[in-house]
Amino acid sequence: MTTSAQLSPVPAADAPEGGSAAVTTTGWRLALRSFAENRLAVVGVGIVLFFVLFCFAGPHLYHTNQTSVNVVNSFESPGSGHLLGTDGQGFDELGRIMLGGQSSLEVGLFAAVIATTIGALYGTAAGLAGGVVDAIMMRFVDMLLSIPFLFIVLIVATRFSSTVVSLSIILGMFSWLVPARLVRAEVLALRHRGFVAAARVMGSSNTRLALRHLIPNALGVVVVNITFQIADAIIAVATLGFLGFGLYYPHTDWGDQLSNGVTYLTAGYWWLIYPVGICLILVVMAFNFIGDALRDAVDVRLRRR
Amino acid sequence: MARYLVRRVLTAVVVLIGISMVTFALLHIMSPSPGRDVLGLQASRASVAAYNLAHGFDRPLVSQYLTYINQLLHGNLGRSYKLNQSVDALLAENAGRTAMLVGVSLAIAIAIAMPLGIFQAVKRNKAADNVVTALAFTTYSMPTFFLGLLLIDLFALRLHLFTAEASQSTSAFVIFTDPRSMVLPVATMAAVSIALYSRYQRSAALDQLAQDYIRLARAKGLSARLVLTRHLVRNACLPMITLIGLSVPLLLAGNLVIESVFNYPGLGLLFFDSLQNEDYPVLLAYTLLSGALTVAGNLAADIALAVADPRIELT
Repeated sequence: MTTSAQLSPVPAADAPEGGSAAVTTTGWRLALRSFAENRLAVVGVGIVLFFVLFCFAGPHLYHTNQTSVNVVNSFESPGSGHLLGTDGQGFDELGRIMLGGQSSLEVGLFAAVIATTIGALYGTAAGLAGGVVDAIMMRFVDMLLSIPFLFIVLIVATRFSSTVVSLSIILGMFSWLVPARLVRAEVLALRHRGFVAAARVMGSSNTRLALRHLIPNALGVVVVNITFQIADAIIAVATLGFLGFGLYYPHTDWGDQLSNGVTYLTAGYWWLIYPVGICLILVVMAFNFIGDALRDAVDVRLRRR
Repeated sequence: MARYLVRRVLTAVVVLIGISMVTFALLHIMSPSPGRDVLGLQASRASVAAYNLAHGFDRPLVSQYLTYINQLLHGNLGRSYKLNQSVDALLAENAGRTAMLVGVSLAIAIAIAMPLGIFQAVKRNKAADNVVTALAFTTYSMPTFFLGLLLIDLFALRLHLFTAEASQSTSAFVIFTDPRSMVLPVATMAAVSIALYSRYQRSAALDQLAQDYIRLARAKGLSARLVLTRHLVRNACLPMITLIGLSVPLLLAGNLVIESVFNYPGLGLLFFDSLQNEDYPVLLAYTLLSGALTVAGNLAADIALAVADPRIELT
């Protein structure tokens, strides 16, 4: 930019105005517009925002005792002082859902970020290396992909799950394979573009090339993937919790609550199951809606390139 | 074709060796001292060490891995820590019931999802398509165990049409002729697959509907029904072969959850029980088996697609 200014300090009268660039809509803005036009996506964002507020701000407005067991109050039906009734330990169910939602959302987000970060770095490394290294790295991914994710995660969870952080790490460590494939495909497509050659000529190292040029350009794919990963991780946490290998007391998550509720299914305590289940489905569905819309939106951006 | 097959099978073998390394490594991370796991926390340190020595668990990892592979090749998957039985016998005992549940559910799912997806594509963006899409999306966003619970609560506990627990019988004949206890697990498993397959079938059929050959078939005056049956269906079903081959890990994971929910004594329930007992040889043997099944599924799908679609060149 400075060179062009030095060459022609006074712009020629017939040179195109600098302002014309602002008129063309940028790729990301187009993507945003296409996203906002998708009604389901807007609903999805609304649902996610609602649940974030509900789970994290809710307990400050709706005070409940979630630490000391009170058996006298157990299994109260909805209404009487407890909006959604109480569970077997006498905990207020609505407050319990907020608490469980916190850990479900946290694990979902952390696991997705861990998985996508590992996947993006691995995929970029494979794509940049090319040749035999790339082939070996991707065969390794193929191999891990042929072992059912739930099996490995459950096995590791028998010894190492218990907190939000450990659970996120377990889920993240075994779900980076798909993002790795996606990012590698992007990098392979980007590798032969002019700006990559330019960056190389200017002497940028592989690390700099990956972090400053390739990953930012593959960001669309990465963002779409994070959304789906969150949805998958929330389902995985719920499944682990339901099977009894999720968070330990005093932590709780939605799967763990459903698992407790099932014990009393025959007793007709519906409030221990349906409210939690509906929250779980709504959140997962919302992330899936957002992911679908983002994918379409990123397509719009890519089409412009 | 022969050369392609040989190459594909060789790759599959390499992948299998890789999987065996992963499961072996995992076995060691999870259970570094098998003597401790078998003899329990009360056992003295000396007896744990003696057990490990007697069973060769004190040797270097590489030599232990070679023994493990040697045993695998002779069809020996190890011994359960808790059930005092060989893992082979445990797997063999339960495999039939799982194969039955997965097989029947998969057949039903394919029989429903393929016509459904094509129907949706033909009626795209009309009310019927939207209703099916919404249903599929809801099912897809639901954890499998919750769908199972929903069906149990509605059909077993409230309507008393079916039982909440799956058949406990060991005889295939009894299980097949006992719809009251098998409808719910089969329905849950089929529903999850239908949600996935019908979405793919819909988009595969939409891709085909936009092709020129469909326009030509219509332009030459073929009736809508003949365009559908002679041209669309055949081509739109091809991508499904790959999808079904690739869905083996999903089917096995779904089966694990469903067998636990319905207490159906198959491989999934064996896995779940072994999780609670921390019986790692059983867990990793089933993981290895499922990896092998996945590789076999991919291979079978590639070959089936090549047979079904002559345009695919095998090189």
